[in-house]
Amino acid sequence: MKVSKLISTLIALSTGVMAAAVSGSAHAIAWYFQTPASKMAAEIDWLHQVVMWIILVIFVGVFGFMFYACYAHRRSVGHKAEQFHENTTVEILWTVIPALILIVIAWPVTKTVIAQKDTSAPDLTIKVTGYQWKWGYDYIKGEGEGISFLSTMTTPRDQIEGKEPKGEHYLLEVDNEVVVPVGKKVRIIATAADVIHAWWIPALGAKQDAIPGFLRDIWFRAEQTGTFRGQCTELCGKEHGFMPIVVRVVAADDYSKWVDEKKKSLAAAADDPNKQWDVKELIARGEKVYAGTCVACHQATGKGSPALKAPALAGNKFVVGAEQGPIDTVLNGRPNTAMQAFKQQLSDTEIAAVITYARNTWGNKASDVQPAEVKARRK
Amino acid sequence: MRWITTTNHKDIGTLYLWFSFVMFSIGGLMAVGIRLELFSPGLQFLDPDRFNQLTTMHGLIMVFGAIMPVFVGFANWQIPMMIGAPDMAFARLNNWSFWLLPFAATLLVLSFFMPGGAPGVGWTMYAPLTVQMGIGMDLTIFAVHLLGMSSILGSINIITTILNMRAPGMTLMRMPLFVWTWLITAYLLVAAMPVLAGAVTMTLTDRHFGTTFFNAAGGGDPVLYQHIFWFFGHPEVYIIALPGFGVISQVIPAFSRKPLFGYASMVYATSAIAIISFIVWAHHMYTVGMPVTGQLFFMYATMIIAVPTGVKVFNWVATMWKGSLTFETPMLFACGFLFMFTLGGFTGLVLAVVPVDIQMHDTYYVVAHFHYVMVAGALFAAFAGVYFWLPKWTGHMYNETLGKWHFWLTLIFFNMIFFVQHFLGLAGMPRRIPDYPLMFETWNKISSLGAFGMGLAQLLFLYIVIQTIRGGEKAPQKPWEGADSLEWTHLPTPVPYHTFEVQPVIK
Repeated sequence: MKVSKLISTLIALSTGVMAAAVSGSAHAIAWYFQTPASKMAAEIDWLHQVVMWIILVIFVGVFGFMFYACYAHRRSVGHKAEQFHENTTVEILWTVIPALILIVIAWPVTKTVIAQKDTSAPDLTIKVTGYQWKWGYDYIKGEGEGISFLSTMTTPRDQIEGKEPKGEHYLLEVDNEVVVPVGKKVRIIATAADVIHAWWIPALGAKQDAIPGFLRDIWFRAEQTGTFRGQCTELCGKEHGFMPIVVRVVAADDYSKWVDEKKKSLAAAADDPNKQWDVKELIARGEKVYAGTCVACHQATGKGSPALKAPALAGNKFVVGAEQGPIDTVLNGRPNTAMQAFKQQLSDTEIAAVITYARNTWGNKASDVQPAEVKARRK
Repeated sequence: MRWITTTNHKDIGTLYLWFSFVMFSIGGLMAVGIRLELFSPGLQFLDPDRFNQLTTMHGLIMVFGAIMPVFVGFANWQIPMMIGAPDMAFARLNNWSFWLLPFAATLLVLSFFMPGGAPGVGWTMYAPLTVQMGIGMDLTIFAVHLLGMSSILGSINIITTILNMRAPGMTLMRMPLFVWTWLITAYLLVAAMPVLAGAVTMTLTDRHFGTTFFNAAGGGDPVLYQHIFWFFGHPEVYIIALPGFGVISQVIPAFSRKPLFGYASMVYATSAIAIISFIVWAHHMYTVGMPVTGQLFFMYATMIIAVPTGVKVFNWVATMWKGSLTFETPMLFACGFLFMFTLGGFTGLVLAVVPVDIQMHDTYYVVAHFHYVMVAGALFAAFAGVYFWLPKWTGHMYNETLGKWHFWLTLIFFNMIFFVQHFLGLAGMPRRIPDYPLMFETWNKISSLGAFGMGLAQLLFLYIVIQTIRGGEKAPQKPWEGADSLEWTHLPTPVPYHTFEVQPVIK
């Protein structure tokens, strides 16, 4: 019994660690759906509970029989085996009854499926674009039309690597939240620029794969104000776990205010592509663009990542060579690599800035690139 | 040399079984690596790329390297003995279908050492992410080709053997259910594996030869890949599960000392499952944005599968009912299978419901669901089979006490790993992420501890098997009172190298 002793010690040890793990975690333990914030999410919750209860009853019934047999029909209590092995009536019964139960389940579900698919007559339409690894939002119809921004995770790298304590919304915080009005039907049109992503807000019961080259839509109507968080749910490469989605639902007049402010700030931020920039300004601006867009693959050191086939930019002859080379690469990407076309995501000024930054950092030294040059190369 | 050139079905069966145990260990180590990273939030041991590579390879190796070969191993050992045949129909082909596997496995493992490492695309290898991968992706594609060839050849062999080499009097409806389930599985393999080969070949040409099957910019469609993959992928679920059903259908009657209840309905239910499994594939894709009619069709079709599956479960329970039950290790694993596979089947029904699935798609709920089917289903059935037939194969009884320990430890740790993952999925944790928000920490810790325990418990299994091969109590010809197929009734223990050189006549 030496082995069994060892094993029981191991079990005791692991339950001890487990108890410590459970009591040590500061966060509330999430074990069920987030509180629904839309009728659809509530309906999903309800359907789930209906199915679960039906299942539970059947499960207990069937295994009640099994465990009763395990208890009462043991040889050790002297039970003699009977030899029956066929009964057409019960076979028919346990084929037909489950089929009827399934029909009972299918009926309400069908109604929900049809409702879920009805994206007609929305109050607001937002196009969502998945990028490796951030989300782009374009308000294309309804109040706020014309607003357009990117949304990137803001959780600092140091928190992820354990160099500083993790914040409350660890991995679930972004720089630009999607803001929508409460009680309005919002249609989300999802697509992607590179690989398949999936846009998901659990509390709103809305999930849609974002497929490159295709537009697929869903809708939601938030019943209450608040901030709702979700994550990308389709494996999209290295930073798949780090592209959250945050939706802030606000009252109608707050939404109008937000639209005004957002439009003003977007107008102010829009750079005149014909402006001549100072090299230092460009490098400073470029560093920010680099940290938001390029760093995941090419790394903060500029040394790249062999695992991702991302070449080193430091000491790279192509990077410091003729200006149109890097400009075209950033604008149009490199086919069949993770280097995507950034012409949709980045403005002329941002592209000029980031190239100037890469040409003048990590020991690189080359001429600066002005926004007008980028503008000229756009086709 | 004997092992390389052997054409004996028993030798080849042994090779398959050991191969699958080696792959099970490698895949298991990867799982431990994954769980180690997920023990705490934050990135500790693996960078996200390496993490994706591990999840991908864990899936591929477990599905194609461990679970599929283990049942082919059982088929090789048992089918000729159960139908009274001297060997498999194509003995040399049999050798080749095994020896393709180590090469495929080498390619899979080698991909880790290529520039860019193994592909980090998930075992489903969805386009267009596959286009971004390094040369490891190509090695994986070729490995899948080899594995597919091996499976197809093996299946042709099994079908031919069963249809042509049965002993006189062994009519189809007298065959042990294990043979039936394998016959049906082999047809599934022949139909499904070429489809997978096609999908990965299209991926290969998209990567290197300028085709755009899965690229919208060239007129293709990324979702097309998913349709093709799951047209293979869903039957694949039953390719893995059906032979396990077969093993369970041998074990439960043996230890209930009572014939299998509803033999004919079991055969029909298995066939029904196999046929329906070809028309449900898009239930893996409810969130791609299918038309509403598509969603409803695939939901109804998926729900229908619950009916024949239910029939099987009811039949197994009815077999136990009013039997004379004993609980040796094979029976324990069979009961564990029955209980937890049904649980996995039920969560499958939850996931069939479109709106609920949309909420849970690509979350840990799905991970929990399919591990209940693959591990508590297929793996538990495989363990039941090993303990059941080991005395016959080796001539020795295994250590019953240790066997029971192995069962209970595996059961407890398995549930520790995967039961809590239902909660993670409900609460919204996506699968395939190397790091997670803080509210998921507790369940992940429990799950990781379970994984370490489950890994250690399998060392005990290895010990038991080696101990049984080396020696131990002599096994009688029929150690299990209720067992009634030919290998127990007609053949001595341990079985000689050649059996049924003269076919028995079944009355």
